[in-house]
Amino acid sequence: MVLIRRFEDKCNIAYRQGLVGGYMHVYIGMEATAVGWNAALKPGWDYVITAYRDHAQPLIMGSDPVKVMAEIMGRSGGYSFGKGGSMHIYDIENCFFGGWGIVGGHTPLGAGLAFAAKYRKEDRVTICYLGDGASNAGVFFESLNMAALWDLPVIFIIENNEFAMGTRLEYHAADTQLYKRGEPFGIKSERLDGMDVLQVKADAERIVNWVRENQKPYLVEVMNYRFAGHGAADNDRQLYRTKEEEDENTKRDPIARLEKYLTENNLMTAEKMEAINVEIEERVEAIYEEAVNSPHPEPHEVYAHVYSDMEPEKGH
Amino acid sequence: MPTQELSYRDALRMALVEEIDRDQNVFVMGEDIGRYQGTFRVTEGLFQKYNVEQNDWRIIDTPIVEPGFTGIAIGAAMTGLRPVVEMMTMSFSILALDQIINHAAKIHYMTGGQSTVPMVIRGPGGAAKQLSAQHSHSLEGWYAHCPGLKVVAPATPQDAYSMFKQAVRDDNPVIFTENPGLYTIKGEVTTGPDVLQPFGKAQVLREGKDLSLVAYSRMVHVCLEVADRLAEEGISAEVVDVRSLLPLDTETIYQSVRKTNRAIVVYEDWKSGGFGAEIASRISEDCFDDLDAPVGRVGGLNVPMPYSRVLELECIPNADDVMAAVRKLG
Repeated sequence: MVLIRRFEDKCNIAYRQGLVGGYMHVYIGMEATAVGWNAALKPGWDYVITAYRDHAQPLIMGSDPVKVMAEIMGRSGGYSFGKGGSMHIYDIENCFFGGWGIVGGHTPLGAGLAFAAKYRKEDRVTICYLGDGASNAGVFFESLNMAALWDLPVIFIIENNEFAMGTRLEYHAADTQLYKRGEPFGIKSERLDGMDVLQVKADAERIVNWVRENQKPYLVEVMNYRFAGHGAADNDRQLYRTKEEEDENTKRDPIARLEKYLTENNLMTAEKMEAINVEIEERVEAIYEEAVNSPHPEPHEVYAHVYSDMEPEKGH
Repeated sequence: MPTQELSYRDALRMALVEEIDRDQNVFVMGEDIGRYQGTFRVTEGLFQKYNVEQNDWRIIDTPIVEPGFTGIAIGAAMTGLRPVVEMMTMSFSILALDQIINHAAKIHYMTGGQSTVPMVIRGPGGAAKQLSAQHSHSLEGWYAHCPGLKVVAPATPQDAYSMFKQAVRDDNPVIFTENPGLYTIKGEVTTGPDVLQPFGKAQVLREGKDLSLVAYSRMVHVCLEVADRLAEEGISAEVVDVRSLLPLDTETIYQSVRKTNRAIVVYEDWKSGGFGAEIASRISEDCFDDLDAPVGRVGGLNVPMPYSRVLELECIPNADDVMAAVRKLG
């Protein structure tokens, strides 16, 4: 969680330095969700797919953090050689399938990954993250229907961070109990906490095991909060929420919560925690340095990877 | 290699069966393709053969939700499966444009080559008979506009067979469009496990020296009819079947134009901004010195497809329309 937090802090700095362009969405405040759920998966076997707030998952799935940050900076050392950017991180080898920019558009792809596992009679589980905003998309309901119809082993996790970009939940969803999205399709559905990493991990293990065993879909609404704005360019948070609300929610910080737990139960000393923080800060500095020193792509690379077996026509 | 007379529809089905049998990763999904056997009967008998007799989940009936099942096929393809997605008509693929354009076409690029999408989207494209405004679109030009897709429009039973097999084996998303007017035409088809027609190769279906008629899909047959009529007047027309829009074989088209010095491009899509306009533009740009007349274009009328058979026939280019364009060239 601390790695994600510091990594995202550094991404924000890089954005302000002009090293990152376009849209960038950080995971600050939501770390416990990705970390808790990932802990329940079989590494290199189970599939994960998410939308554009996608830096955290590869960092905890075994991806090379330098290649993640280099991609965010559009460098040739990135996972997609600078062609994807912040919203489109992929590490297929480690079963991370991105990284998608159209709200709700990736949800059938998540069902498709689970379809492939079922088709091949493999016991892989797929986690498909989506936001509360995406939970209104028509294609998401289509995906729920087919996931239930064909018994696809996929867990849809609606990360309810209370805002669809700058629009609060009650202004975009007729029913704000988003876990109920699964019920009309007969999909087992629950609303769960997303801020207490130990509780998240326990819930995740229970549900991942159930899906693997029963080969059926599951829907989870995870309650968390986006400490940051929607994207790095979102400088008007007061238009949709107050400073007081932000301060109140900061008290739910998953990292502070874990630190408090470790302290109260004498599981880790303050010194040890500080040492970990320092170590991670140094590590993130090194990641940043290596990424920023990765070269920009050469102009001719623009034609590569349009097709797997031919180049597109060249020239303007 | 064996040769037999087949309809375009039967050639397609034979190719599909051979590819399903060849590769366990190949499966078919779409609306009414299984138990109902497909609205145009391309998948006739396949549900019984695979799902029932072999207990193999290869022919998958879907709900009527093009974005959803296209997206599921894309996700499955990213893991190496090879879905063949049937659009009941290509007009319905408009619902799935986000999945096709924003997702399938971009995945190889956005992943920096980590992933491919070996998927075929096939179905009838263009006017059938009185299906009116929402079921008669020719969308191949829309798709050929988009890098990352391959787009083919075979005109003959042979190409239906050998280009379909090629499409299934291609690692990139392929739009395979079949004009509904072609399903019943018959022709000699050479078959065999590896009878494949690589994309990006146009073919000269009839040689001539006075004029090049350039077309794809059903309009190729209109051009062949025009060539017969012109021959009676002593005019020798060459017919070039483009068959692959993306990639496009401009060289075969240019060679023909350099020989005949005159060209007319014929396409069923709306004339304005259709793919024929792209072909005409290229000929004008690259063969200007070889041309004795401006490049002619014959396209569909720029109106929504009407229901009335009289009005529908008014919209679709026919041999008379092409003959009029020939006269205009002088």
